[in-house]
Amino acid sequence: MPKDGIGAPMKRREDLRFLAGDGRYTDDINLHGQAYVWFLRSDVAHGRITRLDTAAAAAMPGVLRVITAEDFAHAGGMITAWQVTNRDGTPQAEPKHPILAEGKVRHIGEPIAGVVAETLEQARDAAEAIELEIEELPAVVDMAAALAPGAPKLHEDIDSNLCFDWGFVDDNKAKVDAAFESAHHVTTLELVNNRCVANAMEPRAAIGLYDRPMDHYTLYTTSQNPHVIRLVMGTFTLQIPEHKLRVVAPDVGGGFGSKIYNYNEECFVTHAAKLVGRPVKWTATRSEAFISDAQGRDHVTKIQLALDKDGMFLAFRTETMANLGAYLRLFATVTPTYLHGPAAGGPYRTPVAHVHVKGVFTNTVPVDAYRGAGRPEGSYQLERVVDKAAREMGIDQAEIRRRNFVKPEEFPYQTPMAVVYDSGNYHATLDKLLELSDYAGFAKRRAESEARGKLRGFGFSTWVEASGLAPSRLIGALGARAGLYESATVRVNPTGGISVLTGTHSHGQGHETVFAQIVADKLGIDAGLVDIVHGDSDKTPFGMGTYGSRSAAVGGSAIAKATDKIIAKAKKIAAHLLEASDADIEVADGKFTVAGTDKAVDWATICLTAYVPHNYPMETLEPGLEETAFYDPANFVYPAGAYGCEVEVDPDTGAVTVMRFVAADDFGVVLNPVVVAGQQHGGIAQGISQALLEHTVYDESGQLVSGSLMDYAILRAGDVPGFTVDHSCVTRCEHNPLGVKGCGEAGAIGAPPAVVNAVVDALQAGGYGIKDIDMPLTPSRVWAAMHEG
Amino acid sequence: MYAFDFVRPKTVAEAVKALAAEDAQALGGGQTLIPTLKQRLAAPAVLVSLSGIAEMSGVSLSGGTLTIGGGTPHATVAKEARAAYPALAALAGGIGDPAVRSRGTIGGSLANNDPSACYPAAVLGSGATIVTDRREIAADDYFQGMFATALEPGEIITAVRFPVPEKAHYEKFAQPASRFALVGVFVARTGQGARVAVTGASADGVFRWAEAEKALSGGFSAAALAGLAPPTGDMISDLHGSAEYRAHLVKVLTGRAVAAA
Repeated sequence: MPKDGIGAPMKRREDLRFLAGDGRYTDDINLHGQAYVWFLRSDVAHGRITRLDTAAAAAMPGVLRVITAEDFAHAGGMITAWQVTNRDGTPQAEPKHPILAEGKVRHIGEPIAGVVAETLEQARDAAEAIELEIEELPAVVDMAAALAPGAPKLHEDIDSNLCFDWGFVDDNKAKVDAAFESAHHVTTLELVNNRCVANAMEPRAAIGLYDRPMDHYTLYTTSQNPHVIRLVMGTFTLQIPEHKLRVVAPDVGGGFGSKIYNYNEECFVTHAAKLVGRPVKWTATRSEAFISDAQGRDHVTKIQLALDKDGMFLAFRTETMANLGAYLRLFATVTPTYLHGPAAGGPYRTPVAHVHVKGVFTNTVPVDAYRGAGRPEGSYQLERVVDKAAREMGIDQAEIRRRNFVKPEEFPYQTPMAVVYDSGNYHATLDKLLELSDYAGFAKRRAESEARGKLRGFGFSTWVEASGLAPSRLIGALGARAGLYESATVRVNPTGGISVLTGTHSHGQGHETVFAQIVADKLGIDAGLVDIVHGDSDKTPFGMGTYGSRSAAVGGSAIAKATDKIIAKAKKIAAHLLEASDADIEVADGKFTVAGTDKAVDWATICLTAYVPHNYPMETLEPGLEETAFYDPANFVYPAGAYGCEVEVDPDTGAVTVMRFVAADDFGVVLNPVVVAGQQHGGIAQGISQALLEHTVYDESGQLVSGSLMDYAILRAGDVPGFTVDHSCVTRCEHNPLGVKGCGEAGAIGAPPAVVNAVVDALQAGGYGIKDIDMPLTPSRVWAAMHEG
Repeated sequence: MYAFDFVRPKTVAEAVKALAAEDAQALGGGQTLIPTLKQRLAAPAVLVSLSGIAEMSGVSLSGGTLTIGGGTPHATVAKEARAAYPALAALAGGIGDPAVRSRGTIGGSLANNDPSACYPAAVLGSGATIVTDRREIAADDYFQGMFATALEPGEIITAVRFPVPEKAHYEKFAQPASRFALVGVFVARTGQGARVAVTGASADGVFRWAEAEKALSGGFSAAALAGLAPPTGDMISDLHGSAEYRAHLVKVLTGRAVAAA
């Protein structure tokens, strides 16, 4: 194995430029003749536009054009990528999502007009001169209120505020209800999964450029998936065919899902560049990010678990309302449905289950996938109800889980939720957790905390997710309007250096390092010979981007396949040079050797021969050394883990302190342990942040009360201890060539229930019988729960 | 932000003159004003920076009085007041983050009088004196409610004089997002009795908790507070905590501050 091959703890090469301030982000790009846009956004959550007069604004200094919905009359709305089918067989409701408000506004921050001017300050000045009158309508923020008869309706062209009414798996429903009828014990829990604002460090930005002689557009944007933007924005919304549009997503500073979607502002700058004949740039302020980036989670759920007398799970069922906000973004309807239901059964062998979700429109900022996307909501509800059931039945938290786990010998395991878990060993990760967390020593630590007047609790979370999005045939049958394969081109240069062009996109994940390791490992060459190219639709083959923990499992597999093709061709070249059969050529340490001999050619010779084909089997082989592969996975991948969180609660103030956090994960084959650990750390921090701090609050009129970082709390480094992360429990993915699962979303999925279960444990041990407590567990909420009587 | 003229006087006299201009606004460290300007929530014609005035900066001890120039940044107070008045230095060192502490000034904080700011608790809890370009104002007369003070238009805080108490401590419970005080309590034992000043809790801004002062003047110990009901009054209720919770925290933090003093 080369020193930087698969499994090597290679440091992230991209960090050299990121840490030195040399990253090149969208806002760092400035084009000749660039103009700027400032958006006039709605300051009410629901209303009818009765007057929009832009004449005075258009006459302001420096203004090039004031653009309104009329300028997008030719364009369609922004689309959603998945058609969910209702329980009665009808399709989901899909109201139009216009680029600029068309006669009506439906959430705070909805863009109404954009002023393009020579400078940003001039654009902003002119935006204030737009004469706008809105007749305010009653807003609905609460989902139950939105579904109530007579509720104010957001969209005139659909029957109600219900987007979909989805059941999974509906065929299970009768069996589930029967299991509850005969159960020894039923545990019921009502909970809220709080809405989060992604708050990527880099705010969104976009620059549109139009080349009139070539009738060609370029969009620079902060995207996780430039090809997807090119397809959905170009083809469906702006009516620009793919060959006339280039989308570039350069360095991107974090996405967490919020940079998947095609946004209003991207559509705007692309078209505005043509209208004004100048490049048009927009960079969000943090305030704009709070009211225009897609938000995450926001489920209200009732979950019930049926158990027999031994604590074996017989069935579970849920009733969920999922808040979609005012409009559908790209993954809005798949997130609370097909990204939520299939893994909602967790690592347990519960025979039957049913998940029932209603998607609801409200006068709030649109909601879409956010790190984990549907799976955190699933693991949160299940792990909390398991925790509660164990308490009610007097069974140890580790024991009730162990008793119900799918057994190692039962894989592949057909779940009642339509998917097959290909591999796993949930007992191993739980054992690893108990060992690393010194669970046996917890009682002593609790006594020590109590001596200091603090309550101490230990919370478990054992989770599994379905990620590595996604097998196209399966998702197509479930309503997806796209495939979710990935592409790679391995371009070998004449002197041996390699450019790998990938359709995935790195916005913090470390692809430039890890993908190079895959190629280096297969060829036995130094990773320094391999560069990764991503983020430019003109350079990379069509690919679906990065989200859903798919880049290693799907994108990495495409790279492995393309590299295999390179090796196959290189073997033929070597066989020719060595006068042997290509079936006898072996590859190791960058050398192509005739098996059982010392006859060999090195990598450099093969590359040069491919491009200077003087001595070359021209009759049977093309010159050059470049291969492309598309890889479509046969199944999802199913990473899993066992998490333990230990907290102290200050009974005087309700303040929660995370004392220890241990994660024992099974991610399949680990490509780079330091990159994986970094993903674990980041995901866990984000999960703890949701559990303890993050809270998106709208008042009754739809105003965003937590609209800045002065009121919206995000975890800081000092809020948590160092984490203990482990990924030594490995079961290979059985269906992809690398054996990898996924690690990007793990922490955000596994951490929140561990934190909340730990707080519940601490409070119960302290004699506080907590009935309900919802995230975020802020000091005031914990204190209130302790004193609600 | 909107366009404005910017002047940077070298003396208090020049600053007073500059502030006489129409729509002139004093600029201390800018930790509140600059974000406000960036949001276009204020539109002064002239910004008069007070950060270049040497006579308004510095920390000095004379007798039992610690004097801090109105333009002194929090970081300087945290460092230079440590020996003379450790409770005050610790309070200054707990405001915001290093960037805020390097720019923000005591005069700016007191002139703004944010109901959740830390310095008002120290000033009221110490019984300090606010020195301006034209007069001296006792702390008890200075704070007049949320964002309201005794300052006249154009009046500049040139210094704050703290009588150093026998014992003091500031206990802050941070609002999780802003890290301002959700509740902060400054306690001091002085020759004239105990003082207890509370910030963050009341819609009327910083206030003295009279019942606690009375109890502590009889014996400066946490036990002396045991029988007290939490303070009443116009407690703030928002997404970070109810009025009841804030009142409860006042009592908890007062006890902790006394124990730590």
